[in-house]
Amino acid sequence: MTIQQTSLILCAAAVLTACGGKDSDPEMATFEVAVTNLTAAQPLSPMTLAVASPDWSLFELAEPASVALEQIAESGDNSALLAELEGNAQVMESISGTGVVMPGMTATFEISVPESDLDQASLSAVTMLVNTNDALTAVRGVALDAIELGGSVHQSMVAYDAGTESNNELAATIPGPAAGGEGFNAERDDSDRILVHPGVIGVLGGRAESVLGEEHRFDNPVAGIVITRIE
Amino acid sequence: MKTLHKTLHKTLIAALASGVASMSHAAEFDVAITNVTAGVFFTPLLVSAHGDAESMFMAGAAASAELQAIAEGGDISGLATALSGAGAVNAENPAGGLLSPGATTEVTLNTDNASDNTYLSIVAMMLPTNDGFVALNKWEIPSEPGVYQVALNAYDAGTEANDEVLGSGAPGEAGFPAPPPVAATTGTNGTGIDASVEGYVHIHRGVTGDADTEGGQSDIDLSHRWLNPVAKVVVTVK
Repeated sequence: MTIQQTSLILCAAAVLTACGGKDSDPEMATFEVAVTNLTAAQPLSPMTLAVASPDWSLFELAEPASVALEQIAESGDNSALLAELEGNAQVMESISGTGVVMPGMTATFEISVPESDLDQASLSAVTMLVNTNDALTAVRGVALDAIELGGSVHQSMVAYDAGTESNNELAATIPGPAAGGEGFNAERDDSDRILVHPGVIGVLGGRAESVLGEEHRFDNPVAGIVITRIE
Repeated sequence: MKTLHKTLHKTLIAALASGVASMSHAAEFDVAITNVTAGVFFTPLLVSAHGDAESMFMAGAAASAELQAIAEGGDISGLATALSGAGAVNAENPAGGLLSPGATTEVTLNTDNASDNTYLSIVAMMLPTNDGFVALNKWEIPSEPGVYQVALNAYDAGTEANDEVLGSGAPGEAGFPAPPPVAATTGTNGTGIDASVEGYVHIHRGVTGDADTEGGQSDIDLSHRWLNPVAKVVVTVK
């Protein structure tokens, strides 16, 4: 989504407040969001960020994943989730990262929310650990109105197992550079609940048929997010 | 002047009264515990609202005999008795048995008649482990009504070597117990992991496991691994 499209949607959602009039643009609160990949060898698929009402939830722990979330968890493809976010009245803004976030690297985004909507604005973000069957990491519903100008909030990000694909670690089923296997598959052959990921095992860990090496293992947190109010 | 004094006095009383109100703790609150692991079972949970003097353990210090009984065999009776003897309000085994991966159990605690019970503790053994347990240790219950979420970690009681061999749930006896449905994925004839008794409570390093159900180094299947956090607790203060 381009920045221009974002503004249009924000105006549509906020038409009753201040959009439309050329000289009555709403006061905007702007935040910088920086996500750092803390793993050794798990690139993160292009990030998806959403600013939404606190009533909206990206997912619930121990509940089944939506198909859009399953697509991210199994293949890193966030197009279905972005389409859902754009059509959701509870979502004020959605952003897609432009590339993979390599281990040790930081992806930075800027988001703007009308001041008048801040008390209803919470940030969620999600991405896949690509050298896995269906691991994702996320933050869910960080309240933006608590962050003062110049201040920031840090959160650690836990790896979740989408529960939509067996963690067999086979080359044919892992899409990342460690394997180049299949991404999304509509079949659900695991618990069908989003839970905390048990970690990858690899050959050295005792899974002889695994394509993963010891470097693909991870522990929590797998990423860190810093949200800073800059305007 | 007199009027002003009176007004001030009233204001002070109002402030004091509201201060007292906001310091008083929740008399009734709901506790929802979700097992967020992909493959670990929790034995019967002990949920307790207790006072400032009680604490289940101190990380880095040796486990009590009561905690050892929970961590090695899932027996909460000793700690439940000790806590209720100290005036705690307990809920024992709210899930009515094992809490499976992904499952949630809920309980309401009422501390009306024990207003000093302002701390919440939760504990259960993790299966299959030798002496692993999930815990919330002496968490201060907020006085403000609201919904509070806490993530719980897995601890190692440090009372038994993590040999990962099928064995006993009795304190001091080697091996881990495997009631159904844990038995279904438990191997046999594992040679055992070369491990020793650590001697103190600490964050659990996880299980090693193996894919060999009739031998290998471990009787624990690879499907029972986990990373922290292992449980989500939602406390609703009314």
